[in-house]
Amino acid sequence: MTTTSSAGLALPGLLDTEAIRKDFPVLDRLVHGDRKLVYLDNAATSQKPRQVLDVLSAYYERHNANVHRGVHVLAEEATALYEGARDKVAAFINAPSRDEVIFTKNASESLNLVANMLGWADEPYRVDRDTEIVITEMEHHSNIVPWQLLSQRTGAKLKWFGLTDDGRLDLSDIEQVITEKTKIVSFVLVSNILGTVNPVEAIVRRAQDVGALVLIDASQAAPHMVLDVQALGADFVAFTGHKMLGPTGIGVLWGRQELLEDLPPFLGGGEMIETVSMHSSTYAPAPHKFEAGTPPIAQAVGLGAAVDYLTAIGMENIAAHEHAITEYAVRRLLEVPTLQIVGPATGEDRGAAISFTLGDIHPHDVGQVLDEQGIAVRVGHHCARPVCLRYGIPATTRASFYLYSTPGEVDALVDGLEQVRNFFG
Amino acid sequence: MYQDVILDHYKHPHGRGLRDGQAEVHHVNPTCGDEITLRVRMDGTVIGDVSYEGQGCSISQASASVLNELLVGKDVGEAQKIQETFLELMQSKGQIEPDDAMEEVLEDAVAFAGVSKYPARVKCALLSWMAWKDATAQALSGTAGK
Repeated sequence: MTTTSSAGLALPGLLDTEAIRKDFPVLDRLVHGDRKLVYLDNAATSQKPRQVLDVLSAYYERHNANVHRGVHVLAEEATALYEGARDKVAAFINAPSRDEVIFTKNASESLNLVANMLGWADEPYRVDRDTEIVITEMEHHSNIVPWQLLSQRTGAKLKWFGLTDDGRLDLSDIEQVITEKTKIVSFVLVSNILGTVNPVEAIVRRAQDVGALVLIDASQAAPHMVLDVQALGADFVAFTGHKMLGPTGIGVLWGRQELLEDLPPFLGGGEMIETVSMHSSTYAPAPHKFEAGTPPIAQAVGLGAAVDYLTAIGMENIAAHEHAITEYAVRRLLEVPTLQIVGPATGEDRGAAISFTLGDIHPHDVGQVLDEQGIAVRVGHHCARPVCLRYGIPATTRASFYLYSTPGEVDALVDGLEQVRNFFG
Repeated sequence: MYQDVILDHYKHPHGRGLRDGQAEVHHVNPTCGDEITLRVRMDGTVIGDVSYEGQGCSISQASASVLNELLVGKDVGEAQKIQETFLELMQSKGQIEPDDAMEEVLEDAVAFAGVSKYPARVKCALLSWMAWKDATAQALSGTAGK
């Protein structure tokens, strides 16, 4: 350990990572022979604690059945576990009602679901050729492409907020971007590539002034900070389970109850109906109206366990830990010659994903040489290619932290980057 | 993976820059954003020049340099055999240990054998080769048409 890393260990606000890391079996793994794994790819997916893995295997070993309508013991247990997970998620995001929590397979599906609800909706929600859709230039492709598709199908105009040079939303023309014609404003709460935390209130206020709905992509927020859907003031909030210690295959869409009652279903099938005849059908109330077919039951139960785990540690504490780690990482990374952070270069209003370039060395080469040292980062355009185009770069290297990340891991990254520079220098 | 030969070609690329040719193609690797613009000039059935511009990782850039060194001046039939041998090596998932015969065909390109163990990087190594194949086919059909 160097002197700098000792300074890092003394950061205020850190969690007891030694204890937390014992819950995550994979963090003990050695890679490439004897290299200790340094997992800094949390914005792509988080690792899973034993508590979630145990719940998953217990579900399959003891309770597995299809949910709803079964009268046998296992079906009732599976239903109680699945619906219990909904209660946990509702409490986690401070939803006014559990019926506002729709389970999907991931955030992408949640975002696509809203785009399709609005495309098929009647007035006053209907998106058509005389209306406008607003997104931002820092969206993940999952919050761009569904709106491009909707725009192409309906003739609605797609508009977006641009970015400032320091990686924040340029809201200077907010009154021209969000207008009386705007039906929906969909934006990311925390950018997966820039790390920027966006100013929700200003956008929501303008959207409400013109009567537009607001959808917030909270994929990079729900795992890392207190997420209170009532405080956000949005109409819909989307996020995914696997980035917040849960399994893959489970996502969430929260929506205001009256909207979910008014808006049409998208996928048809079992579970989403009230009655069906050969001529027509009526639909179950939300959330079931939007959950056609057998849902991801074990995955929802696993997400419930992840929510329990996060809640026990406390989202405020997790946010404080990540803020300390992020400030330390920004400071240390800026010490690396030729390194440039793409996104806010301070810890202020910024999440724990830090993208950067390293001189002319291509991110793939950076990532590969880091991997040889056991350090897992992500390289490429991070499904946010417009951001790379905006800043005139082909790709970035991204390190992203979570509740189990340590200052020592930041030091390992910085040392690793020195090796990369020596190698390609 | 990063053999000295690869790093040498990356730092000192052969034949980089766009020059005259009968066909030009632009290929991208959407997973990582590597891009290449490549031109082929045929002198009869001989590959007169392969010129290129691109951006990308050391593997993709070095691979284009090796391609230029290896294929320019060769008869197209021989060049296609080299391309097929390189493709076979890169798709071997690290299972092929290049022997003397393969080394004779591929020369510096055998240095990429190690890359074939990394599925995410195989496309980087193949980018320029696929672009060359495409451009050559276009150049040949253009010539045949005249």
